[in-house]
Amino acid sequence: MGKPNDLVQGTLGLLILKTLSLEPKHGWAIAKRIQQISNDVLQVQQGSLYPALQRLEQQGWIRSKWAETETGRQARFYSLTAAGRAQLEKEREMWSRLSAAIDLVVDA
Amino acid sequence: MRWLDRVQKSGATLFRRERETARLDEEMRFHLEQEITERVARGATPEEARRNALREFGNPTSLRDEARLGWDWGWLDTLSRDVKYAARGLRRSPGFTITAIAVMALCIGATTALFTVVRAVLLQPLPFRDPDNLVMVYEHWRSNTGGNPYNPVAPGDFYEWRNSTHGFEDMASYYNSGYNVSGDHGELPEVAEAQKATWNLFPLLGVEPALGRTFREDEDRVGNGHVAMLTWSFFQRRFGGDPSIVGKTVRLNSIPYTIVGVFPKWFAYPSARTQLWVPYSDGTTTERLHEHDNHYPLVVARMKPDVSLKTATQEVSALQYRMHMQYLGKPVAEDAMSRPMIDDVVKDVKTPLLMMMAAVGCMLLIGCLNVSNLLVARGAARQKEMAIRGALGAGRFALLREQMTETAILCAFGGALGLTLALAGTGWLKVHWHGLPRAESIHVDGFIVLFTLGVVCVTALLAGLLPALSVTQKGILGALKDSSRAAGASVSRARLRKALLSVEIALTVVLLIAAGLLLKSFVQLRTSDLGIAGEHVITMGYSLPKDQYSKPEQNIAFAESLLERVRRIPGVESVAIGAGVPGSGYFGDRVFIIPERPHYEDNKQPDAMTRYADPTYFATLGIPLIAGRVFNEHDRVDQSKKVIVSQELVKRYYPGENVLGRTVVMGTDITNKKQAYEIIGVVGNTLWRVGEPTKATMYYPVSTADPGQRLTLVARTSGDPLNYAVPIQKQIGALDPQLPVVDVLTISQIVGESTVNESFSASLVLIFAALSLVLAGVGLYGVLSYVVTQRVPEIGIRIALGAQRGQVLGMVLRDGMRPVVIGLLIGAGVGAGVGYVIRSQLYGTRPMDPSVFVAMLATLVVVAAAASAAPAWRASSVNPIEALRAE
Repeated sequence: MGKPNDLVQGTLGLLILKTLSLEPKHGWAIAKRIQQISNDVLQVQQGSLYPALQRLEQQGWIRSKWAETETGRQARFYSLTAAGRAQLEKEREMWSRLSAAIDLVVDA
Repeated sequence: MRWLDRVQKSGATLFRRERETARLDEEMRFHLEQEITERVARGATPEEARRNALREFGNPTSLRDEARLGWDWGWLDTLSRDVKYAARGLRRSPGFTITAIAVMALCIGATTALFTVVRAVLLQPLPFRDPDNLVMVYEHWRSNTGGNPYNPVAPGDFYEWRNSTHGFEDMASYYNSGYNVSGDHGELPEVAEAQKATWNLFPLLGVEPALGRTFREDEDRVGNGHVAMLTWSFFQRRFGGDPSIVGKTVRLNSIPYTIVGVFPKWFAYPSARTQLWVPYSDGTTTERLHEHDNHYPLVVARMKPDVSLKTATQEVSALQYRMHMQYLGKPVAEDAMSRPMIDDVVKDVKTPLLMMMAAVGCMLLIGCLNVSNLLVARGAARQKEMAIRGALGAGRFALLREQMTETAILCAFGGALGLTLALAGTGWLKVHWHGLPRAESIHVDGFIVLFTLGVVCVTALLAGLLPALSVTQKGILGALKDSSRAAGASVSRARLRKALLSVEIALTVVLLIAAGLLLKSFVQLRTSDLGIAGEHVITMGYSLPKDQYSKPEQNIAFAESLLERVRRIPGVESVAIGAGVPGSGYFGDRVFIIPERPHYEDNKQPDAMTRYADPTYFATLGIPLIAGRVFNEHDRVDQSKKVIVSQELVKRYYPGENVLGRTVVMGTDITNKKQAYEIIGVVGNTLWRVGEPTKATMYYPVSTADPGQRLTLVARTSGDPLNYAVPIQKQIGALDPQLPVVDVLTISQIVGESTVNESFSASLVLIFAALSLVLAGVGLYGVLSYVVTQRVPEIGIRIALGAQRGQVLGMVLRDGMRPVVIGLLIGAGVGAGVGYVIRSQLYGTRPMDPSVFVAMLATLVVVAAAASAAPAWRASSVNPIEALRAE
């Protein structure tokens, strides 16, 4: 099963925000990107992306609009809002603090 | 702009829910297609690619639902699902649903209707400028220790107060009056109720006229022109809303008055019956305006912002005491008292209104308990369903929410229906509650709708929470292994229902006792003896205008011809003219001196209610002559100084003495020979108003009545007296077509009119009590039926083992009567307290009236026994074989 562990699931939002910080993407591209970058370690269950996207949009951190893909098909593209960028910084910082702490405990 | 994004998203997910959902589906489909394409490109067969892509993606439908939960309106989905389930459940048992909705509609409707009245009458501020600073100031006699300590103010006292004290910003005064209204062009004559007010009353209240202006100071002086103001309703009714009315004239008692203004529609002060206003000093004399011993006007004052009511009243009171000392021997009160205007306006209806509100609240509570009881019974049937759903993972909160949704739906429907009922009920109350102050301001508005909504929420909680908790509380395991053979399994639920029932019965008993006491009071009032034989008597009032009938001979001539004409109507047995019919009101009194005992303690001067009578008055009304004689034709014509007194007067002021031939001097001056009267007869007592104690009364010859005094024609007829109303009025019209006739009433109508409010509150509370009784009966029946159904196997075993039918019957009856007895005891205790609280509304009975208690408790026991009989009978006729086979 490609289910990510709980820790990663909790940070799915962070992953999405980070992925979108470079350029607007549609859902499938986000999933692919996360998979690629993490060298296939983070096997996000692809479908669970969509509830997360809806939640982020409801929070006002991302924005969506329908546009054509390279193949000429209509798809929903997500982009980061200014508030989303700030949120990304916040979550990124929290994540570093958390992982540093875990490192300390694990390496001790 | 994060908030803008969020609002946009919320809006889209609320208003374009379908489209947003479709987009979500489309988005996911796109994702899958991409994934499949990619996998095919990597060499998988389309079949394989599709399967793997779906596996990696997860279940699109459940993911879509999960995504939707992320929207702001996720709870809407949950709610609509709950509502759908609940509605389905309710449709499945229409009997229960209709009963519950009807109960709720009735209770919520009654509560809303009464609250609408209570709010308009008791809670809303008066429609005047800065109404919290308005107060009424009264005179107060130190000897007046009982009942109503607030006495009207003599005009002389009022002027002194206004001129010589400074605690109030201003003081104004007004008093009741009435006019024969006629026009110059043969318009129908009528009698209109009027108020005479000092010019500053309207600026003091902050009332602006709708047309024209209010009175000027110079118009409120004796002998200065005749001006009048119209109320809106009179203006519309009599003058058709003529916009050029200001400056025109209207004839009041045949004298032309210039109309200077019209009041706005909302101004219905002091009551909606008021049609006209004229200046205080109009048609009176300077002497009368400075009397200190004639008490009839009321005084309104506006408080200064920096002076407390107590301080201001004390200053007036001190002045009043100085006047009391100055006019020692005259009836001038020692003190002044004040109270806020709003308290003054609602003084007569506050207790009955609050009483009815409480009654309706009790009924609402009983209704809630009843629905609650029904729900517990329903819940019992669904126990297993709940348990299974719980076992499959439904959270207790979710189950609770579903249960509550059901109750909320019932209450919402009940509330909507109730609001409609309340609209009708409010209108009905407004029309049928006579003399309800501020009735014109009663209406259902947004606030009332909000109130109903609030009541719905509260009732839903009250009715739903307990059953919902009880249904969902049971451990899953317990419920599932619970077989119907385990007779004790539902004991706790039955106990809950019985406790609810006890409360219901207790409340019903309280209502019944209150209703019983009020009903008994009302019956006592209705049957109280006026002291006359009035079954076949009709009365009607008229007053001869002073200007046209200025000479006594004219008055006498009019009376002679009227009596002669009426006497000739076939069926009229006897006819008379007097002033003041028993039961119809007080109409003033006079103090007098008994020359044999000229000295009396302070303020203890004898006084007697004033009545006028002609020779046939006593015979026509059936007032018995006890001693001496009644007036004769001679007394009538020559205005002789003769009086007839009532038994009460003799008992009070001449105990054990012979009064015939004795002289009394009216007023306070013993040397005034003009005021010396001889007592020629003693007649039986009459009541001036039903429910009030009898009062010493003095009858004068009707020929001595003031010109313009309201007189009453009384006629004894054979058969229904109302049949003679029109023939007699025609005779009056034939004598003077301009003379209006008022208050055409039979004696029983007079009695009915004065007890109409007692009848009203008694019947309303009785209706509430009766409905509560029915609800309690239904509740009891429901509980027992439920218990019996639960116990059928147990009863089957008992019978199989040899229990007699009678024993089973007794067992179930005992079971049913236990909560009744508990409720009865609690209710009787509380009922005694309630009787004490409403004792001011009681007449001829007392809070602990045993006959009322016994009657009401017996009623309840009978109803309870009847409600228990059917289930008990069913239990006793259980067929043991069938009962045991059913397992």
